[in-house]
Amino acid sequence: MRATRWRVIRPLLKPKIVVGAGIVLILIVAGALAPWIAPYDPNAQDLALALKPPQWLFGAHVLGTDAVGRDILSRLFYGARVSLIIAVTVVLISGVVGVGLGAISGYFAGLVDFVIQKFVEVIWAFPPLLLAIAIMAFLGQGLGNLILALVMQRWISYCRVARGQALSMRSREFVEAARALGASDARIVVRHVVPNLFQSAVVIGTFAMASAIISEAALSFLGLGVPPEIPTWGSMLADGRTYISTSWWLALFPGLCIFFTVLGINLLGDGLRDLLDPRLKRSGSGIG
Amino acid sequence: MVGYLLRRAIGTIPVILLISLLVFLLIHAAPGDPADLLLSDQATPQDVAEARHRWGLDQPLYVQYLRFLVNVLKGDFGTSFRYSDPVITVIGERLPATIELAVVSLLIAVALGLPLGVWAGAKPNSWADNLGSFFGFFGISMPNFWFGIMLILVVAGYLNWLPSSGRSTYGIARGSETGFYITASLLAGNFAAAWDGVRHIILPAIALGTNMMGIIMRVTRSAVLEVMHEDFVRTARAKGVPERAVLWRHVLRNALVPVITVGGLELGTLLSGSIIVETVFAWPGSGSLLISAIESRDYPLITGTVIIYTLAFVAINFMIDILYGFVDPRIRFEK
Repeated sequence: MRATRWRVIRPLLKPKIVVGAGIVLILIVAGALAPWIAPYDPNAQDLALALKPPQWLFGAHVLGTDAVGRDILSRLFYGARVSLIIAVTVVLISGVVGVGLGAISGYFAGLVDFVIQKFVEVIWAFPPLLLAIAIMAFLGQGLGNLILALVMQRWISYCRVARGQALSMRSREFVEAARALGASDARIVVRHVVPNLFQSAVVIGTFAMASAIISEAALSFLGLGVPPEIPTWGSMLADGRTYISTSWWLALFPGLCIFFTVLGINLLGDGLRDLLDPRLKRSGSGIG
Repeated sequence: MVGYLLRRAIGTIPVILLISLLVFLLIHAAPGDPADLLLSDQATPQDVAEARHRWGLDQPLYVQYLRFLVNVLKGDFGTSFRYSDPVITVIGERLPATIELAVVSLLIAVALGLPLGVWAGAKPNSWADNLGSFFGFFGISMPNFWFGIMLILVVAGYLNWLPSSGRSTYGIARGSETGFYITASLLAGNFAAAWDGVRHIILPAIALGTNMMGIIMRVTRSAVLEVMHEDFVRTARAKGVPERAVLWRHVLRNALVPVITVGGLELGTLLSGSIIVETVFAWPGSGSLLISAIESRDYPLITGTVIIYTLAFVAINFMIDILYGFVDPRIRFEK
């Protein structure tokens, strides 16, 4: 029993996976527990305490305060929560849409495939962040629009890979066997094709998560993300930029959070890819 | 070859049509009437009604789209509210700054990423590989807007080595009016101006190129790793070709195809990255123009910039397809 468990765990003990998963775990804990571990209300302003430098362990505001006296550390915790919720939502929706359309596209081939792939090609033609910027510019700020903007760019990478794999599965024995037993197309796609696309989807999803966090931060940084009352790392960074010559801590900490989060997720994704799906190795990076 | 290019060029036409359709739908999905969006806040109801008629907004949607398409094909994106000039002129003035920045970033990314990737791939798990992988992960994980701010903070602010924003120091003569400051100054023999331009471009180009450097390093590494096991590498070694030549002539040449593929795709990331980096460094290019257009709700300018950036990206991918044939003669353009 113990030996079996070891056989499952051991391949996971690669430095990349351990470090990456560790960082992601810290992020999840910080985000989930934000209301309990954040020392202050992230939106509580106190102009008397504005722009206080970090006091580390010797004062009330460990990482200092921003221009209206809000506690940086508390805002970072809540920012983790926002980043995480948005990124997970985006990755899940993109995954379902992308894998679903990819499976349909590859399994049915023909006209359906042509139409879906034309659509993929069009989205692919946009420089990655530009489409999201355009969507936010025309549709306006807001959580729903932000998620739509991020999903629009991300489902295509799932779709491309899923389509290729589904295409090769069309003539495989297990699909033909299911068909011979009288399974409908819908059942074959859902029960036999999609489960086989899961591993690649996990790997793509990890990288998509990293890119979603960066893109969300970038959009917030440009003032095109969620409404300003929600603390996000990107908008904190944008505020910090204004005070860069006098108050370095405003821009340093949110940026470090983004960098280490994305680094952690990328390490995890890289480790998982080596483990699960070495064929994806060529792609070099995540997406967008 | 000509036939292939022609087929590829024709193949991009439906994509361009669909891109314009998508942008058109996006404008119409915006809350409110396009006339409200496209007119300034001071417009009276009469102005709006008149504009609706003039712009054909009272016509069916497909007629409106065809009109939009014809205008786009003519390069007519309307007039910018803020600059009161045709959108295409406004963008045209800013484009050289963006191109100059993108080219320098690309050079930095390739100059660092390619050798790092080759060294790492040639000796997996060596210190070179570890160093390369570190730079690779650093590159792909670094948000360029934050890296830019930190470069300003440390290099421009604390160390005071390089300027923190803009393209040129006020008072130093520009080489010419082409907009390509560095190239033009060099051609005109004005080295002081060229040096000034270089000093201004270094920080934004590093901020923008780091991401690409990481990606190029990682792709080169895995491509080199794969090619190292090929028979012709063994043959080259067996016939006594020095290891250095094996690596840089035989291996790299064959590893370049995936590098160019991914590099080409990532040029899109570079283009959209330039939007942010230009904003951080107050770089007067078309990217920062887009952001200020969004801030001032200059919708014709937003539409024009989005379409031009996308068409540029389509054109870049087209050129990369052509490049394959030169790098790898095995790829014949028959398919």
